[in-house]
Amino acid sequence: MAETKVTPKLEYGMIARFEGPKELLHAAEKVRDEGYTKFDCHSPFPIHGMDDAMGLKQSKVGYISGVGAALGFALGLWLQWWTSAVDYPLVIAGKPFFSYQAFVPVTFGLTVLFGALGAVFGMFHVNRLPQYFHGVFHSDRFPKFSDDAFFVSIEKEDPKYDRSSTMSFLESIGGAEIEVLEGE
Amino acid sequence: MKLDTETFRLSERGGFAKKALIAGVIGLVVTVVAWFLDSARFYHAWLTAFAFWISLSLGALFFTMLHHLTGAQWSTVIRRMSESFLAPFPYMAIFFVPIIFGMHDLYHWTHEEAIAHNPILEWKTPYLNQTFFVIRAAIYFAVWIFLSRRLYGFSKAQDEGHSPELLAKMRSTSAWGMVIFALTITFAAFDWLMSMEPMWYSTIFGVYFFSGGLLSAVCLITLTALWLRRRQVLDTAITREHYHDLGKLVFGFIIFWGYIGFSQYMLIWYANIPEETSWYLMRWEGSWKAVSLLMILGYFSIPFLITIFRATKRSLGLLGFMVVWLLLMHWVDMYWLVFPTWSGADGNAHFHWMDLSAVVGIGGIFLWAFWSRYAAGPLVPVRDPKLPQSLSHVNF
Repeated sequence: MAETKVTPKLEYGMIARFEGPKELLHAAEKVRDEGYTKFDCHSPFPIHGMDDAMGLKQSKVGYISGVGAALGFALGLWLQWWTSAVDYPLVIAGKPFFSYQAFVPVTFGLTVLFGALGAVFGMFHVNRLPQYFHGVFHSDRFPKFSDDAFFVSIEKEDPKYDRSSTMSFLESIGGAEIEVLEGE
Repeated sequence: MKLDTETFRLSERGGFAKKALIAGVIGLVVTVVAWFLDSARFYHAWLTAFAFWISLSLGALFFTMLHHLTGAQWSTVIRRMSESFLAPFPYMAIFFVPIIFGMHDLYHWTHEEAIAHNPILEWKTPYLNQTFFVIRAAIYFAVWIFLSRRLYGFSKAQDEGHSPELLAKMRSTSAWGMVIFALTITFAAFDWLMSMEPMWYSTIFGVYFFSGGLLSAVCLITLTALWLRRRQVLDTAITREHYHDLGKLVFGFIIFWGYIGFSQYMLIWYANIPEETSWYLMRWEGSWKAVSLLMILGYFSIPFLITIFRATKRSLGLLGFMVVWLLLMHWVDMYWLVFPTWSGADGNAHFHWMDLSAVVGIGGIFLWAFWSRYAAGPLVPVRDPKLPQSLSHVNF
């Protein structure tokens, strides 16, 4: 008989299912008011007002994009100054080596490019992507969130998280099919 | 001023129409006095003020058509305002008459002796001659008045009873209207402003005039909404979310204006052909250089850096300040286009009280025409099916 290795189960948090978008919105408000911070709502479509209901702050992506744009601007100007006025100065159409007017299109292009890259990767960063695994994957029911189910998930990391009290709290705000996320 | 929140009609209109009319008449009388003092100077001041105010109506015409074409929901609450800024078109057509009388002072190509010594100007006479100039102006005004009456007519019919056909008509009118709008505003800018220097040409000039007008129209709509808000009119209908969106358009069109202005400049700078560069050279000498720098910094760079922030667009005080500032900059832009060729100039920018009185004179009548239309009916298209979405509009 082969020896079976028993690994202790890890707890990730818990999920609760709600009836519909309205119920999910109200549940989010209550979870927020209860003082939870590490929780998420899962629904098949965006719900108006969810940001406020969850108490989410304004996204930082805009500022990351802004920093990217400023970098692109500086890089574009520096690149053209270095190549055409320092490293390989050529007289073109009798204009000064540092002809900032001619540098505007490339500087503008790099500003937009780095701003866009800042937006995309900034979005990845604040969403913590790429993320290969998440505790909610332990639930067999969870995939239905992309079809017709509405879930609230609370992570164990949350300072307010307590297995029994969180469970009864979720039950009290109308959560059904509450499931503790556990796995190896 | 009082609004009935059920019907969106003003139960008490306030004294704005009267005030605007009085200001307009006083401004016009003072400006007529200015004509006796220095008629050439008067015509330039008049053209500056005329170009400023008509660009606002043209911008509002574009904004209205854009609303219909894109099927926008959020802007339904401000649509009637935009449509009411089309009311001044017939008055602007009357205000064009002094420009016809002042053609000799304004446009060098009207001088027989100048044409006789200049083969290029002679070659241009089939287009640049006085009869055709007046005919073209008549066509532009006919098109604009027709378009604005048609769009406003459908919109008013909607108040009586909504039908899907009306929305379809507004949309289809905007589709072909947009095309003839683009052609007429381009050639109007060529005729009235670009031909002041008949040897100079820039194919993007019409777009430049349009970009400033559109930006200013959005600024004027924002300012009007803020002005009504202080009087507790539409303050619950036009919310911070709408101001946020208007702010985004202001921000976007600042970039558009800068982009077009620079596109025109860069090609001319690069090619460095004397007949093209003279236009910029004239504006880069004497005190005109300060005005040019004011355009770059005050109309583009600084407003760009201020309005880029979300907080600016959602702060009604700061947004209000910015739109007033940008409207002022748009007037300076028109001044910058018109005045360098004035024969009385010694190569420097000079301010005269008649520059101001012309703006007040035309502007008073403009705002009186606007308010007479706007205050007469419901302030929003009450039966438009998109109104509920617009009222509850929220930015993500």
